[in-house]
Amino acid sequence: MTTTSHGDVYIPFEEAMSRYEPIIGIETHVELGTNSKMWCGCSTDFGSDANTQVCPVCLGLPGSMPVVNRVAVESTIRIGLALNCNIAQWCRFARKNYFYPDMPKDYQISQYDEPLCYDGYLDVTVDTPDGPQVFRVEIERVHMEEDTGKLTHTGGATGRIHGAEYSLVDYNRAGIPLIEIVTKTVIGTGSLAPEVAKAYVKELRDVMRALGVSDVRMEEGSMRCDVNLSLNKPGDGWGTRSETKNVNSLRSVERAVRSEIERQASVLDNGGRVIQETRHFHEDTGRSTSGRSKEQAEDYRYFPEPDLVPVAPSLDWVEELRAGLPEMPSVKRARLKEEWNINDFELASLANSGALDLVEATIAIGVDSVAARKWWTGELLRVANEQGVELEALRVAPQDIQQVEALITSGALNDKLARQVFEGILASEGTVEEIIATRGLAVVSDDGALLAAIDEALAAAPDVAEKILSGKIQAAGAVVGAVMKATKGQADAAKVRALLLERLGVSE
Amino acid sequence: MSDLIRQNASVLANAIATKEVSAVEVTQAHLDRITAVDDKVHAFLHVNAQSALDQAKAVDAKVASGVPLGPLAGVPLGLKDVLAMKGEPTTAGSRILEGWRPPYDSTVVQRLRAADIVILGKTNMDEFAMGSSTEHSAYGATHNPWDLDRIPGGSGGGSAAALAAFEAPLAIGTDTGGSIRQPASVTGTVGVKPTYGGVSRYGQIALASSLDQPGPCARTVLDTALLHAAIAGYDPMDSTSINAAVPDVIAAAQRADVRGMKIGVVKELGGDGYQAGVSQRYAEALEILQGLGAEVIEVSCPSFEYALGAYYLILPSEASSNLARFDGMRYGLRVGDDGNNGVEQVMSMTREAGFGPEVKRRIMLGTYALSSGYYDAYYGQAQKVRTLITRDFNAAFEQVDVLVSPTAPTTAFKLGEKLDDPIAMYLNDVATIPVNLAGIGAMSLPIGLAPEDGLPVGFQIMAPAMADDRLYLAGGALEAALTDKWGHLLIEEAPEL
Ligand SMILES: [Zn+2]
Repeated sequence: MTTTSHGDVYIPFEEAMSRYEPIIGIETHVELGTNSKMWCGCSTDFGSDANTQVCPVCLGLPGSMPVVNRVAVESTIRIGLALNCNIAQWCRFARKNYFYPDMPKDYQISQYDEPLCYDGYLDVTVDTPDGPQVFRVEIERVHMEEDTGKLTHTGGATGRIHGAEYSLVDYNRAGIPLIEIVTKTVIGTGSLAPEVAKAYVKELRDVMRALGVSDVRMEEGSMRCDVNLSLNKPGDGWGTRSETKNVNSLRSVERAVRSEIERQASVLDNGGRVIQETRHFHEDTGRSTSGRSKEQAEDYRYFPEPDLVPVAPSLDWVEELRAGLPEMPSVKRARLKEEWNINDFELASLANSGALDLVEATIAIGVDSVAARKWWTGELLRVANEQGVELEALRVAPQDIQQVEALITSGALNDKLARQVFEGILASEGTVEEIIATRGLAVVSDDGALLAAIDEALAAAPDVAEKILSGKIQAAGAVVGAVMKATKGQADAAKVRALLLERLGVSE
Repeated sequence: MSDLIRQNASVLANAIATKEVSAVEVTQAHLDRITAVDDKVHAFLHVNAQSALDQAKAVDAKVASGVPLGPLAGVPLGLKDVLAMKGEPTTAGSRILEGWRPPYDSTVVQRLRAADIVILGKTNMDEFAMGSSTEHSAYGATHNPWDLDRIPGGSGGGSAAALAAFEAPLAIGTDTGGSIRQPASVTGTVGVKPTYGGVSRYGQIALASSLDQPGPCARTVLDTALLHAAIAGYDPMDSTSINAAVPDVIAAAQRADVRGMKIGVVKELGGDGYQAGVSQRYAEALEILQGLGAEVIEVSCPSFEYALGAYYLILPSEASSNLARFDGMRYGLRVGDDGNNGVEQVMSMTREAGFGPEVKRRIMLGTYALSSGYYDAYYGQAQKVRTLITRDFNAAFEQVDVLVSPTAPTTAFKLGEKLDDPIAMYLNDVATIPVNLAGIGAMSLPIGLAPEDGLPVGFQIMAPAMADDRLYLAGGALEAALTDKWGHLLIEEAPEL
């Protein structure tokens, strides 16, 4: 049992799972990658100076009015279709009223009881000791809304609004199209709940990516999750749920579920009552802290948004969008498994490491499938893990691998030098050519230079030459090693070996 | 041309176009009039003389260079202070927006500029258009030019009074429950609430988004039609704007013909509760229309009985949300930001200080009506009534071409008379409200003075959605007949100030 500084007590996960069943639900917000905002023409680019991408509409200035971004509606329908949802033939926006300074109008335009997409599902696969297991996560709704501005609280210890000396608001994010995907309650996952939650968010992210509707970068907040969780004893009714917010990485999804199971189990073990509340997850500790209690639910006074007309997508349009859906990630995985002739385990490790699309893209530009997989899941994945980032966040592009592989094939690089080239790319030293030039990484292919090095190595170890001549060809390795060392690895080892044997008049 | 301020807009525009008079002279004459009488009337909250003269100069330059101009080019106008105008104070009659200057033009203003209409300044109004007397303006009441002790109507009392005081021949109003028509009625002027979606709301500070509608105000039916045509039409910035051709209101005003027209007298809008002089003038007007060849029949709209109740749920509900943004965070008034108060306190103190009592009353009413547990009983029920009222109109318009009623139950009441009795004030809108709930168009035009108090009486004409031309057809005919009868427009009987 552990106790945090906030007074929350945790019991070990396995112990918790021996007594309780978890029920989870996940709400995911995804910022759509439209060029313009939900209600106005302002740019959605990330990272611009504060309050430079604003206009009367997204600032909610008196008199301004929203106009629906058709691309956002289209993206939402495509997401709904990809998640096997029904698409509403007629639905409205609604105002969610509450006061907060990051909201220019002091209401958020969202959807309430008439979501654009409803009743879908997403199948996710989780690895278990018994092999891959498929869980169906049912989708309750996918609806459209707008993002808020971003508050920065200055002064005060917590970085939160209470206790801050002053706060700054950046409305660049205000009005960026946001969709919310809400699952139904997911039951029957047992101790796989953390993995199912993570697999769901990951699969969702892959679907978004395949659709091209969002850059789904959790670290930049373009995809954010809230995890609902309750525990109950087997056979009992459902327990009270908490909602953990601020879960902003795949790893955190898993950890948040695990942590909340451990916390609620401890509360229940001690005869306590789980409070219906909002909790905030902290990446650093992997634990959550209690936020606002929802026991007295806030009344958002939803009512239909009178400034907007209903959204009524025609059946023809929906069918056109359905026909244009890309290959879904699960279908793609099955296809690649076949094409690359790999087993479930290899496929899972490619998928889990985030290498699948990168490998596919690399193969698509002509790199051999084995070599493509070798680089992404070997050296590059090692570096990514070391740096604690996603594989795709590395600076290496499929084109770099294509170039390096071409140089290896032509004999201009060997594996060791190739690794140094990637090291250079990761350190932002320039292009493949630039790094080879500045680091002086060309393979020594001048026979004269190699022969001189071979002679030098033989002279330094006369006994080795004897052994080789007496038929112990494996002894050649020592000389090759010495030559490689002398050339600082910039020689083709196979070529050195061939030249050595030729020099000694030995054939294999 | 003499007495520039007493000319109709169409006459002025023609004189400017033919260089009989310059736009600058016309504008200066009106600025002088404002200087002379607005201390008494208080129609304007803000006048930008320099900007008005600059706009007029630009028109004169266009006239000189032979550029073809619109039918109202160079004519001065008063703009209700609820419409955003770039760089000019725009307060909606509230303290909470004191000092705010919008960085953008409302669509109406853009179209006025495109029509080369000269905007003199901003006219007074009830705070956030909540009221029927302009007494709820945070900047003081407007006085009715017919009797300075009386109200000019509301919420657009400033616009109507500016017309009746000859401070401007044109004005823009906005009508949520009668805010164009009732002021027109009590000031002897003409005002039209176009079909909902006929004129863009973009840049109109919202009171109740599903009811609000900007519209034209003038002293004659033709001038009103000319202004209507200048501001109407589809606007991609307003999702609720109608993407269809605007009915030809100018041609209708010029034709001014009711021969063969079926005119329905709404049984529920008249009789008990209507001032005797109002009913008398109304009956006379119906006779005139009959004499002009119209067929006048009585129709019943039974659901109108519930209109006022539904309106006072829907309006406050939407207003409570629309007015949330006035929180002191981004623009306008900010109170209590002394380093000790938190954000919630500053918001609360700002709203406490910045909103007047009528605004607070309606925000509380609306907040309550939308609350969970009450929504169905109040807001939901009110929406059902709205549907019933629309059905009543639809059924009536199957029998008749237009519907008519008195615009308001009474002539202008005394300032302060109903200030402490909100219900009595609300009842003043009983005849105008159904039109907003159904989203159709309506006009008010003067039909004489009530014998008992010598104050103007207004006549309301209502037409189906997107048939606004019928308002002008009937209104134009009635106006012509009355002008013939009197030998002049009613407004010419308004007292000298
Ligand atoms: Zn914007």
